[in-house]
Amino acid sequence: MKIITYPEDILKQSCDPVTKFDQEFQDFVAELESFMRSQPGGIGIAAPQVGRMQRLCIVDLTGMTRGKKKKPVPNQGRLILVNPEITKWEGFELGREGCMSVPDYTGNVIRATRIELTAFDEFGNSHNYESEGYEARAIQHEADHLDGLLFLDRLVSRKTDLFKRKQK
Amino acid sequence: MRQWYMIALVGKDRAGIVAQITEALLGAGATLGETSMMRLGCNFTIMMMVGMDGDESKLCRVVEPVAKQLDLHFHVDEIEPGLHQHQTPDLRITVYGADRPGIVAQVTSVLAESEVNITDLDSQVGGDQEKPIYILMIEALSDRDVEEIEDALNRSTDGVNFRIEEIDTLIG
Ligand SMILES: [Zn+2]
Repeated sequence: MKIITYPEDILKQSCDPVTKFDQEFQDFVAELESFMRSQPGGIGIAAPQVGRMQRLCIVDLTGMTRGKKKKPVPNQGRLILVNPEITKWEGFELGREGCMSVPDYTGNVIRATRIELTAFDEFGNSHNYESEGYEARAIQHEADHLDGLLFLDRLVSRKTDLFKRKQK
Repeated sequence: MRQWYMIALVGKDRAGIVAQITEALLGAGATLGETSMMRLGCNFTIMMMVGMDGDESKLCRVVEPVAKQLDLHFHVDEIEPGLHQHQTPDLRITVYGADRPGIVAQVTSVLAESEVNITDLDSQVGGDQEKPIYILMIEALSDRDVEEIEDALNRSTDGVNFRIEEIDTLIG
């Protein structure tokens, strides 16, 4: 497995829904997950980032910390998200993002603070999830990949600051 | 051989500066690296990395006629390009206060003493003419704790408000 990087076209294409939850698919999920864990950061990946144009992404913020104090990031562990649909967005916050598919660039992106979503697991069971904060940001970033959207499509100015926005 | 230069251009702001300069460079076979172009007061300022086959004098001959026509001063230096090695800042520092001499010097001295490495800084003068205010936005890298930097700023600056936020970068 290898990370596909922009400007490769397929990163800007929409992915197909997963319809077969068979052994081959489950093996792919397992392979994608261990590949994700081998990458620096390694907290999220979407299938199109390795060239498989299916609606599958994986997010796992276990062990992830924020800031210099290494504060743990609230999370619900390993999330295998197949055909994910975000059904509710609440609040918004500014945060810095980068992407394994866009090396050597980071930028500010506004994401919903809290989301609700439905997704299947790798066995075809449907689940409802609620997520917030950093994990919700990771889910939104990965789910975007399935629609051919990169964080580059959502960049806001480096000088954008919620502090300024709130003054308005 | 491709050589890299930093060109600085400054002049009174008017429409079309960026387009005319960059078209002249393109026409001479030059390529752009990273650039920063902004209006400061009523001036337009450009700093840009330009890659070109040829020496400094060749580049100057390309820029000079356009700069003259647009009434811009310019300066060219040969540089190392150093592309593809961005440092990701982990701090955002916002400072503001009543404008007075020395805000930037004071704040950045404290930051330097606290081993804060500035990757990006811009400042603006706002407020009204009688009571101007000064606003600084800084992005930086540091191994120090935020509290330590805050303490240092508290000790050595007065009359300014500041806020330090950590920037966490999510790589997904
Ligand atoms: Zn990504």
